[in-house]
Amino acid sequence: MNKSLVSIIDYNKDEILSILNSAQQFEANPNNDLLAGKVVATLFFEPSTRTRLSFETAVVRLGGKVIGFSDAATSSASKGESLNDTIHMVSCYADAIVMRHPLEGAARFASEISPVPIINAGDGANQHPSQTLLDLYSILKTQGTLENLNICMVGDLKYGRTVHSLVHAMSHFNPTFKFIAPEELKIPEEYRVFCKKNKINFSESVELNDNFNDADILYMTRVQKERFQDLMEYEHVKNVYTLHNDMLDNTKSNLKILHPLPRVNEINMDVDSNGKAYYFQQAQNGLYVRQAILSKVLNVID
Amino acid sequence: MEKELKVAALRNGTVIDHIPAEKVFQVVSILRLKYYNQPLTIGNNYDSKRMTAKGIIKISDRYLANDEISKIALIAPNASINIIKEYQVVEKRALVLGDEINDVMHCANPVCITNHQQIPTKFFVIKEDNKVRLKCRYCEREVSQEDIKLKKK
Repeated sequence: MNKSLVSIIDYNKDEILSILNSAQQFEANPNNDLLAGKVVATLFFEPSTRTRLSFETAVVRLGGKVIGFSDAATSSASKGESLNDTIHMVSCYADAIVMRHPLEGAARFASEISPVPIINAGDGANQHPSQTLLDLYSILKTQGTLENLNICMVGDLKYGRTVHSLVHAMSHFNPTFKFIAPEELKIPEEYRVFCKKNKINFSESVELNDNFNDADILYMTRVQKERFQDLMEYEHVKNVYTLHNDMLDNTKSNLKILHPLPRVNEINMDVDSNGKAYYFQQAQNGLYVRQAILSKVLNVID
Repeated sequence: MEKELKVAALRNGTVIDHIPAEKVFQVVSILRLKYYNQPLTIGNNYDSKRMTAKGIIKISDRYLANDEISKIALIAPNASINIIKEYQVVEKRALVLGDEINDVMHCANPVCITNHQQIPTKFFVIKEDNKVRLKCRYCEREVSQEDIKLKKK
């Protein structure tokens, strides 16, 4: 049975919890030999240094070996080789394939034809499940639970895949969402329908201000210039959606601020020294979560 | 009365009725009727009780394959198909979309992998409030019925 991880919806609640549970164990003991003798291929058809290094570190710290490429220009894809052929070829050498591809659906297709498990490290704007799992792990670690939390999401809720995946993943844990976004970047109707269907409470607002005083998690995302047709509007939104340290004065003491990174100016640097800022630790949690994912797809843990 | 007369004119074959007027020639193209060398009637812009203007296609000695039926179901879901044997309607088939549509249409998402490499498309059919949406198995985007582009084969 191919245990590929393509999309967060491939995992049910128990599987999510079991990944988070083993991430906890890897955090306590990140260096061991669980993947000794295993070869993992990292195929990055588009560059993503942060994600690639995180996966490669995860393999190496578990005693495995890494092969692969970090840019399609240095692979045979540049000679016109199809994804089908590349996957068939690499699966002769590796026990699992971590892949990032600019085209949406590439990982799902690869998982259908590959004899070894595929881990999706991002397919265009579609899915990036290891990011979602590390978001969940960060929430669990800072709040002690995933159940019944107030989660406030800010920024580009229309195109931001991390937001969409997190809505799906959190739906198992009875959350209350607040979606704060400019008119142009509101959460798509499909997710409003999804929340209603799953009896998840949510509210929407276009004002950041102090709309998050009852939040346990403030999930910030980058508002990208290229999403706006009207650049005047972008300038306005960019300034209104910046989080400053003094805006955190009346927030709950357990509040943590997450951001998938890289940030541009949606979080002012003066927030970094606030104990509620958690985005850098969040990135580090990625390592343990990716160790857990690799161990699961390679069948070295339950 | 008028409808029965038209049907009766066909001895053996298939009648596709209640095609929206603007879709008739797409159905003609799906069935490659341009190259069909048996008697064939294409009618269009008839009055209809069910719709504003309808078209009808009658084909002698031809019965539709399943993939042809699913293609027609995509662009004209309310059309009806009657199978005629010895001037009698022996079978009426409603065009019901299955749960999956395999390799008959393109994904509308320009950055979907299926639009760049030779990969058969696959869509899940989602029926809600009398509307049909099609979700791509690969890029997970939804294609609305107005945006359907069929594959040429």
